[in-house]
Amino acid sequence: MRYAYYPGCSLHSTGSEFDNSLRAIAPRLGVELDEVKGWICCGSTPAHSVSELLALALPVANLGLVEQMEADEVMVPCASCFRRLKSGHLETTTRPEVAARVNRVVDEPYRGTVKVSHPLEIFSDRDMLAKIAEKATADLSHLRVVCYYGCLLTRPPKVMQFDRHEYPMSMDAVLRSAGIATLDWDFKTMCCGAAFSLTETDIVYKLTAEILDEAESVGANAIAVACPLCHANLDTRQSEIEQRQDKEYGLPVFYFTQLMGLAMGMPGAYLGLGKHLVDAEELIETATQAPAA
Amino acid sequence: MSAVRSAAAVKPSSGLATLVLDGFGTNVNMCFQCGRCAAGCPIAYAMDYAPAQLIHALRLGMEDVVFNSRTMWLCAACETCTTRCPQEVDIAKVMDAAKILAVRRGFKPAMSSVRAFHQAAMANIKRFGRMWEAGMIVSLKLRTGDYFKDMDLGKRMLRKGKLKLLPSFTGSRRAGRIFSRVKSVEREEIEQS
Repeated sequence: MRYAYYPGCSLHSTGSEFDNSLRAIAPRLGVELDEVKGWICCGSTPAHSVSELLALALPVANLGLVEQMEADEVMVPCASCFRRLKSGHLETTTRPEVAARVNRVVDEPYRGTVKVSHPLEIFSDRDMLAKIAEKATADLSHLRVVCYYGCLLTRPPKVMQFDRHEYPMSMDAVLRSAGIATLDWDFKTMCCGAAFSLTETDIVYKLTAEILDEAESVGANAIAVACPLCHANLDTRQSEIEQRQDKEYGLPVFYFTQLMGLAMGMPGAYLGLGKHLVDAEELIETATQAPAA
Repeated sequence: MSAVRSAAAVKPSSGLATLVLDGFGTNVNMCFQCGRCAAGCPIAYAMDYAPAQLIHALRLGMEDVVFNSRTMWLCAACETCTTRCPQEVDIAKVMDAAKILAVRRGFKPAMSSVRAFHQAAMANIKRFGRMWEAGMIVSLKLRTGDYFKDMDLGKRMLRKGKLKLLPSFTGSRRAGRIFSRVKSVEREEIEQS
């Protein structure tokens, strides 16, 4: 299967290991990714905070570029890009007055033909789950993972139309197929503080600490995410939270695609584990060396 | 007697509520003050007015209360409120509307750091087409004057290769064209209203 691929800004910088690991596992599953040529930023939270029109025009311009590639489906791994592109498509295809307004400001009018999909949507398809199980040969039975979906993969459900919005299971299904144990917990879709990381960091310290506390209390030894901003808050800010809380979590935070790659036997260095601030390599080494207890 | 009134039959009760309906497609008068938005909001603890209170102030047309509030600037856009509202009020959209209208009316944003982040990010996207995070952080610091915040973290991220030192210019002209067309369309719309 061939998809147009919109990585978004974070996957070209702070979250490049999400991009690398997705590109590494895709061919193993028969998925080809064609990066959208000349793509631009989706605008994310800052755009909808300053202009409704700009917040729609930026993602819709990218959907127009997908149409120019003659592709009918675009894969969007970043949760915020996924949300903005979904909104752009939905608003312009269901509200003609919005489409007219947006088409005044983009280079090429958008015809509304593109399906916007998240890799979890594609990978949690039944046939794909069987394929993942077949390719996942490494022993990761020491891992006890909580899947953290964050806000925008499922919310608002009217726009996202993806998974169950209060208690999603797609990431759990994908990782379980890869032979990785995932745990039930209550914080799957709680907010980590998102873009306040740079400005009102105290909010991130509080909300992210609650997520880490809950992960620890259900007995997880790793967290899986599907959003570069969730990753930044849970991984990058974790040591500061430990200092403030005077406790040690030591919880590595993986992109679910990195865990899939590890399950397929790929080396951690190849999947960008070395870019994490919380050491993730040690846990993987112990998991692959020691026999299951 | 218990017939549900359709959204179209519920008229906005103030000039402010009308602005939000006309400009952002959300009718705050559908709210019946159940408070589910406030109960589910992860950041309500830091706000001066809970989301349901801000909605009520909009309905009453209390411009000073709304536009001087910290509430909309503290919204993380997690969409929990919008998801759970039984009256289908898009509360997260109302938060955006309150920010945009406050700036348009010339009110000083109650959370200047958050406004500075939005401005730094948008200037960055306009210029480069794709967000150049390292440049955006520098420009945010110039705007807030908080130069030493996150210095250690920034160094650790640079060592890990998480921040790109140079921007990409792919798409910068496309983004520039969109920004300038949006500006002129919005100016036109404001003049007409």
